[in-house]
Amino acid sequence: MDLVLTIILDGLIYASWLFIVALGLTLVFGVLRILNFAHGGIYALGSYAAVIVTPFFAGFGLPDWFSIVSMFIAAMAVAIVLAPLIERGLLRFFYGRDEVLILLITYSVFLMLEDATKLIFGVNPYYLFEPRNVLGNVEIGSLYYVGYDLALGGLAVICGAGVWFGLRRTRIGKVTLAVIAEPEVAQAMGVNIARIYLLAFGVGVFLAALGGAFTAPLISVQPGNSVSVIIVSFAVVIIGGLGSIPGAAVGALIVGLARSFAVYEFPEAEIFIIYLVMVAVLIFRPEGLFTPVKARKI
Amino acid sequence: MIRVFGLAALGAVLAIVAGALAPAWLVFTMTKAIAFGLVALGIVGLMRGGLVSFGQGLYYCAGAYVSGLLAARFGVSEAALLLLIGAVTGAAAAALVSPLIARYRGIFFAMLTMALSMVLYGVLAKATPIGGTDGFNVPRPSFGGWTPGPESADLALYVVAVVFAAVAAALCRLYYDSGPGLVALAARENELRVEYLGASVFTVTQRNFILAGGLAGLGGALNGMALGHVDPFFSYWTTSGEVVFIAILGGYASAVAVFGAALIVELVRSFSGQYFPESWQLFLGIFLLLVIIFLPRGFGSLWAKRATGAKGAGE
Repeated sequence: MDLVLTIILDGLIYASWLFIVALGLTLVFGVLRILNFAHGGIYALGSYAAVIVTPFFAGFGLPDWFSIVSMFIAAMAVAIVLAPLIERGLLRFFYGRDEVLILLITYSVFLMLEDATKLIFGVNPYYLFEPRNVLGNVEIGSLYYVGYDLALGGLAVICGAGVWFGLRRTRIGKVTLAVIAEPEVAQAMGVNIARIYLLAFGVGVFLAALGGAFTAPLISVQPGNSVSVIIVSFAVVIIGGLGSIPGAAVGALIVGLARSFAVYEFPEAEIFIIYLVMVAVLIFRPEGLFTPVKARKI
Repeated sequence: MIRVFGLAALGAVLAIVAGALAPAWLVFTMTKAIAFGLVALGIVGLMRGGLVSFGQGLYYCAGAYVSGLLAARFGVSEAALLLLIGAVTGAAAAALVSPLIARYRGIFFAMLTMALSMVLYGVLAKATPIGGTDGFNVPRPSFGGWTPGPESADLALYVVAVVFAAVAAALCRLYYDSGPGLVALAARENELRVEYLGASVFTVTQRNFILAGGLAGLGGALNGMALGHVDPFFSYWTTSGEVVFIAILGGYASAVAVFGAALIVELVRSFSGQYFPESWQLFLGIFLLLVIIFLPRGFGSLWAKRATGAKGAGE
């Protein structure tokens, strides 16, 4: 019984941060039609930013709970610096071009980010402890969990609800939906598309960095974290359907639970099972779970 | 046809002469460049149909592992035979995957191929009987029963590699210029029209994918022998990414340009590995970006453009 509970809880914790990262990926794809390979690199930078920013604020003698706030600040800083640089400085010149070409461009951005991170922060691991101690421990049945880990689930819900609310219930969100549906008409109606693109890309970068920042206390922050993230979060959005927010949530849950099941029951299949699930979904739903089948363009 | 094989033979003779004159480290680098160039040649074939595979590492690794295991555990040492086995393995693996893969286009195609290659990586990394993440060593191959000493082994393998590369390049050229091969170009422009004209895009994609898998398996077997070692990183996504890079650099105008691009990348890698070990990917990224922006059709387009221009003027 405990094992089942452990598998489910671990799966949910893993699914939480996975959802936060995949949400950014799917949002950027939905609005800009770009599969952002550099997402993994931004995620890694988010971790580094958290490791640098959190002790910096702690140095002012602020209370412990502020370390949680400072992770948001770290993610925001990454978004403010990188989003305009990548979107305005590079990607905007390639809108409307072949999707694969843009994939290659974000791939080269990813390669550059990888090494730039190494050059700035070195190759030695960094550690961050404070935020994980803030929320204490929680007892569930006979199991002890770190409160911080469980709170990740809450953060995922907040992120998902925030993006949903932003898109469906605010003016700028509705304008964004119009741009997704028909960019040219939206532009003809006086929408500043460049601003919408930058905003959507910025939110995507922020979510990637946020996922990275909140993972930092759980892992040792070192080069190489970025690679697996992009591939796993890609699997998540493919399972759910590219560009779909509920799809990202369901995909994250499926991948998270499948992985935690494998970790406890078949440890040798830990990496393998994610792709097995993905291939199984794609055989029956070639476009993912939440994408309506589209007619082919002539 | 005679012209294509004549050119390939001429190219092979020139490459072998160059190899005989080159210092030993360069021969080794050139062999590796041929291995990567073969894999890139397969990607170029897919690119003609508008598809980019980010997972050729799978077939590359499969070819390297199967031929490497045959050499290390079962005493098969004939280089040409091992290379052929590598090619067949790669093609067979690609054929197995192709019914699923050939349905997809664009980003889906790129990322699915990549995911599949990471599956093989994950499996091999945990497969302790064949070395896990460390891989295993591959013994030196023999050539027609002759096992060369350490001083001439690299050159002998290089000569075999050149012959295989020349034949593969010539066959690819013939196939790409044939009717079934040209359908890929049309499919890139407009799939629906191709289907209305009676050709199956699915079949073309499948065929090009299996061809690419075979070439990748050949390259993998070759690189395994050249390095004397194989490990799961052959299937890692960065390996696939590097080969995509070579294919883009070379472009699809000419096979020579692909091998040239592979040699450039290998040389840059060995130099930057020596002098800037931490920033090799940074250079790769910048270089890739510059090529995409300024030479979108690759190095090959530099002289291919001039050639078509001259032809147009003459006619």
